[in-house]
Amino acid sequence: MITTTTNTTRLTLWQRLQGIRLGRWLVILVPMLWLAAFFFIPFLVVFKISLSEAMIAVPPYSPLLEWDPSRAYATLKITFGNYLFLFESRFYLDAYLSSLRIAAVSTFFTLIIGFPVAYLIAKSGPTMRTVLLSLVILPFWTSFLLRVYAWMSLLKKNGLVNETLLSLGLIDQPLQILQTDVAVYIGIVYTYLPFMILPLYTSLEKMDISLIEAAKDLGAKPWRAFCLVTLPLAKPGIIAGCLLVFIPAVGEFVIPALLGGSDTLMIGRVLWDEFFLNRDWPLASAVAIIMLIVLVGPIMFMRNGNKEAM
Amino acid sequence: MKNHSLALRLSAGFGFLFLYAPIVALMVYSFNESKLVTVWGGWSLKWYVELFQNKQIMDAAWVSLKIAFISATLASVLGTLAGFVLSRMGKFRGKTMMAGWVTAPLVMPEVITGLSLLLLFVAMENLFGWPAGRGLTTVIIAHTTFCLAFVAVVVQSRLASMDETLEEAAMDLGAKPVSLFFLITLPLIAPAILSGWLLAFTLSLDDLVIASFVSGPGNSTLPMVIFSKVRLGVTPEINALATLMILVVAIAVIAAIVIMRRQSRIQEP
Repeated sequence: MITTTTNTTRLTLWQRLQGIRLGRWLVILVPMLWLAAFFFIPFLVVFKISLSEAMIAVPPYSPLLEWDPSRAYATLKITFGNYLFLFESRFYLDAYLSSLRIAAVSTFFTLIIGFPVAYLIAKSGPTMRTVLLSLVILPFWTSFLLRVYAWMSLLKKNGLVNETLLSLGLIDQPLQILQTDVAVYIGIVYTYLPFMILPLYTSLEKMDISLIEAAKDLGAKPWRAFCLVTLPLAKPGIIAGCLLVFIPAVGEFVIPALLGGSDTLMIGRVLWDEFFLNRDWPLASAVAIIMLIVLVGPIMFMRNGNKEAM
Repeated sequence: MKNHSLALRLSAGFGFLFLYAPIVALMVYSFNESKLVTVWGGWSLKWYVELFQNKQIMDAAWVSLKIAFISATLASVLGTLAGFVLSRMGKFRGKTMMAGWVTAPLVMPEVITGLSLLLLFVAMENLFGWPAGRGLTTVIIAHTTFCLAFVAVVVQSRLASMDETLEEAAMDLGAKPVSLFFLITLPLIAPAILSGWLLAFTLSLDDLVIASFVSGPGNSTLPMVIFSKVRLGVTPEINALATLMILVVAIAVIAAIVIMRRQSRIQEP
């Protein structure tokens, strides 16, 4: 049987196999069921628990449905107390706002540092490109925790950064960098840099270099050509990179815990403490639900943008 | 034009310096004789000796390797299925939802994923009595779930960039779907699955937050042990451990790149 496949009538492989529906659905259902069970349903459980009250028991929260065997009826007990508490207390509001601020500032610096790197890689020849790209990916494969830890010894009072600045005569006393917000910014920018460079590179690589040459031939200065031609063409990569950095940075726990000070307020750390130190599971769940609501917009944007950007 | 290029080179050079300076500093100090990180006491391998004698670290490393191996394998199977379904099965009901579920774990803050999985496991234990307590099983399930997403994305992008003509030719010659998948599609996407597996393996080895939520007592993974040690202060044997891990990963990544390049040269002469 010889079939000529043209683009208009071309069916996907699996549309041609309509006969074996059972096998098809089995293949679809296996990953679907796994994701439903261990990714989607957990959020419903978190939501449910955020509506209960904390108790000193195992598990440490009150049941939503209370079954009374003697009268054979159930009562539904829902409390919005956890949410009210979050909104009434200045502390949690500050934690959310400061996480968003830290994530936004770090994302901006990641973009500033990552863009030239991505641009240089995209403009390099094939061999150089592979080498540089591998150099960007390599730190991404090595332990995140150990890379944060590497900064701890660099940023200490007598660490390499202070020693260098002292010997260059730029400062006359060691700076307190570790345990400040500055250290948290450095940590986030550093660990998330590859997440910014890779999507930027993908969109810059597709860019037609002759467009810039055309702009220059028409008399545009390099800076003007960059703003009017390169930036708009790199937009999908910029958006994807910023979201890939911003969203996980909002909930970051390890970096503020290791590099930040006691006054560095980030919501991921608050959730962690609420859960592990105060053992208030319902309140921790409410913190997570609000964080999720704040992030739903960017996450949806990420999903829709994905198709063009990557 | 020349100036522009120099500025670009300098700023990109700064980017690379920023990426590598901490790693290089850490590796150099792992050979430092002195316990004080800033004082250079001469070259020595004593922190490596100390590292291998530290039973807590070695046990945790073994636990982590076991978890990473099993989760990476499970995630590769499920992630390959998911990537295949999303790029080769045309439209079906629930496809948009599935695409969302596959990509969302990539960006979800880890504290949310960790908390939600733990609360799920507790609820499941109350309802069905499984999983009883928390330990290796719960960490493996959790790691499989978030690693699956990475494998699916890698496999899906490989399938998307791959022409369907070979598969169509095999079908025209009468290949059944199952043998079509195993004889044609699977060998073609094998490099992508391998790099997905490696990625999942390193992500699982690296994860601190999710493992902290879902692991039980006595099942500390390596990152959990490192984190508790590091919080108490800088310990030189961690430098040695980091150096070893970075070297192993670097060798694996370079090997993977060489294999992939050779493969692509064979396919596209």
